[in-house]
Amino acid sequence: MTESVPVLKHPMAKYIREDRQPWIYCSGCSVGIVTGMVARAIDNLGIDFSKVVVVSGIGCTGRTSGYFKTGTYYTTHGRAIAFAEGVKIANPELEVIVVSGDGDIAAIGGNHLIHACRRNIDMTIVCVNNFNYGMTGGQFGPTTEHLRYTQTSPPPIGNVEHSFNLVKLAASSGATFVARWTAVHVRRATKSIEKGIEKKGLSFIEIVGACPTAYGRMNRLGDGVAMHRHLLEVADIQNGLPPHEAELDYETRIVCGEFVDVEKPEYTAVLREAYKKLRG
Amino acid sequence: MSRYEVRIGGFGGQGIVTMAVVLGETLSLIDNKYVVQTQSYGPEARGGASKSEVVIGDEEIDYPKVQRPDVFIAMSRAAYLEYVDGMREGGILIVDEDLVQIEGSLPSSVRVYKIPATRIADMEVGNKQTTNVVMLGALAAITGIVSVEGLKQRIAERWPRFKELNLKALELGLEAGRRAVESSQT
Amino acid sequence: MPKRIMFTMGDIACAEGAISAGCRYFGGYPITPATEIAEWMARRMPEVGGAYVQYEDEIASITSVIGASWTGTKAMTATSGPGVSLMMEAVGLAVMTETPLVLVNIMRGGPSTGQPTRGQQGDVMQAKWGSHGDYQIIALTPASVQEMFDETIRAFNLSERYRVPVFLLADETVGHMRERLVIPDEKDIKLEYRKLPTVDPSEYLPFKPDDDLVPPMALLGTKYQFYATGLTHDERGYPSDKEEVQIELITRLNNKILKNADKIVEVEEFMLDDAEIAVIAYGTPSRSAKRAIKDVRQEGIRAGLLRLKTVWPFPERHVVDLATKVKQIIVAEQNLGQIYYMVKAAASPTPVHLMTKPAGMPQLPQEIVQMIREVHSS
Repeated sequence: MTESVPVLKHPMAKYIREDRQPWIYCSGCSVGIVTGMVARAIDNLGIDFSKVVVVSGIGCTGRTSGYFKTGTYYTTHGRAIAFAEGVKIANPELEVIVVSGDGDIAAIGGNHLIHACRRNIDMTIVCVNNFNYGMTGGQFGPTTEHLRYTQTSPPPIGNVEHSFNLVKLAASSGATFVARWTAVHVRRATKSIEKGIEKKGLSFIEIVGACPTAYGRMNRLGDGVAMHRHLLEVADIQNGLPPHEAELDYETRIVCGEFVDVEKPEYTAVLREAYKKLRG
Repeated sequence: MSRYEVRIGGFGGQGIVTMAVVLGETLSLIDNKYVVQTQSYGPEARGGASKSEVVIGDEEIDYPKVQRPDVFIAMSRAAYLEYVDGMREGGILIVDEDLVQIEGSLPSSVRVYKIPATRIADMEVGNKQTTNVVMLGALAAITGIVSVEGLKQRIAERWPRFKELNLKALELGLEAGRRAVESSQT
Repeated sequence: MPKRIMFTMGDIACAEGAISAGCRYFGGYPITPATEIAEWMARRMPEVGGAYVQYEDEIASITSVIGASWTGTKAMTATSGPGVSLMMEAVGLAVMTETPLVLVNIMRGGPSTGQPTRGQQGDVMQAKWGSHGDYQIIALTPASVQEMFDETIRAFNLSERYRVPVFLLADETVGHMRERLVIPDEKDIKLEYRKLPTVDPSEYLPFKPDDDLVPPMALLGTKYQFYATGLTHDERGYPSDKEEVQIELITRLNNKILKNADKIVEVEEFMLDDAEIAVIAYGTPSRSAKRAIKDVRQEGIRAGLLRLKTVWPFPERHVVDLATKVKQIIVAEQNLGQIYYMVKAAASPTPVHLMTKPAGMPQLPQEIVQMIREVHSS
């Protein structure tokens, strides 16, 4: 005789394509946690999910869009923001969320990032920074720290390059809301994503995460649990700190918080106003 | 008129292209001819070589470029030297006489008309930018290929704020053209 | 809007054609000799309630056009060779996600920066093969200012009907020449729009085709949820690395164009009825060829022109038919031979002669006359 066990549905399951389970992600990866943050932010705000568009580019984080049960699009590498701009400008009623990784957003898509920030188009960019290209097996990228090891910056030399600080980049490019959290700051990060969605302007939220399979292994940072524990230990919450002081040193100190929240005319709103005037 | 070809050559900033466009607009929209206007230009917005062409016909124009112009308006020495050999026998050569000297041998039976268009625009109209409109007036007077009333209408539509100035330039160009025709007949 | 008549440039006629076709989103980046399209759109889009957006590069421009198209807005971009080279990544994405869009290429001299202010027809093969993988697009080749308008509308209609990027391939001469343009009364312009899904959202399969091989397209922000991806996907839109899914998808993406070629291809036949020698040309060289054919007819040489208004899908049936009727074929194009190879393959064993001109001016009429005479006497 078999005993029937009641299956408890995850509270966020309603936003997720369950027929696409299991997730593509490794155990110990942060991307699933961030997917949960985005779902919770949408849930907390109670917005019409059918009006939400989730866009991503190539990479592990890029696969996120495919799990959301709404209009979703998986662009070519680096182009999530460019696609999202077309969506938002063509239909400003839509809530546009870009979820993608550091390589996608800051390397191949870096030009689109800075110019979207400069234009101040109303969208929310959630960037998972796991310090390397995970999907291709762990190569150095624009956020890999100096001298860290990856498959393309192997020992004994390590990464010859220096990393971008994405908070400084987004802030100096003109984003009107900029925050950074780690994958363990689920409640705070979710709150920032909510603020980002509500903000009429470009919001950039960096989530520092763990890639134990590639980056963690190459740099002997431990497994997923160890890496997330470390993130909690070195996080230094400094809400309101000027963005140029929001340092990120994986080993010792990751400054977290909301650093920019300013008002600036938003692209589609300016257009809409101008058209109203034109038509009298 | 099965096919009539006009080439205008000068340097960037003289209004070479605009001149051809106004001619084309008038011929197409008012005089109801088939017209193709083309141009070639370099990377310079001012200076550098500039050439524009208008092909006119009573039926649809096939090849859109000028082959052997019936009229060649030379507004720079460089343009004169480059294109004068391509003229049709018996064609009409109009030069801005302060900018272009007749050099070398001309194709046989080419008629030459000298119009001081830049000087007229500068001294008499009071605005050097109207040089091309002066030349357009001269072209109309010398060739009769375009209606004067049409040009006036088009100029007024195109430049409502500078209508008086440009109509004056056109009038002075027409006069200069008529004088050039008279002096060539004496 | 009622009928209007303008004396205007090919580039501007193209922009007006787009507006008449219902285009309300233009994403672009300035480039000679297509800049006039962007400038005209920047003025006109606000007047018609659309958006002109200037991006940081051509990659963002066309990718944003894909985004706009998925909201249900008809969208386009316009550029020249160097820009098209950058856009090729997104052309593949638009093919794979079956996104209607129009890409205007005012062709200039290449390769690389080439001759920005001079024309060429060097990008004909690029339009077909520029992105990686096996795929089909549609490419139209206007030869006059009026056609810059008319064919832009046709480009939008075809892109909507087949959910495919459509190229408008115009040489610089056509883009920059001015002629009379008649813009018909808007009620006389036939417009098409993509098929939208009609099934219950719970039953919607985003990439399940109808009999015409084209799936109905759900739009972002509607009750239909979907995942569109450049990854090979099944009818649900879900990524798959299965061999049969790849074969089924790319075969359909190709066949929806190839099997509908007769509904897409348009050509103009000029003095071909009794012709022994046929010239095949498109764009400005076709106008040189018309002049040349009129001239050689006066000498008693029976020549005619097959003008391609569509180069992709290649008008294979028209060329095969032509090859059975004429003795010789001359291909005159403003490059070192591109469509020539397609013609040669289709026309075999009828001899095909190539007239090249890889520079700003098309073949002169007298050069084509000379070629026809030579072919005639051989």
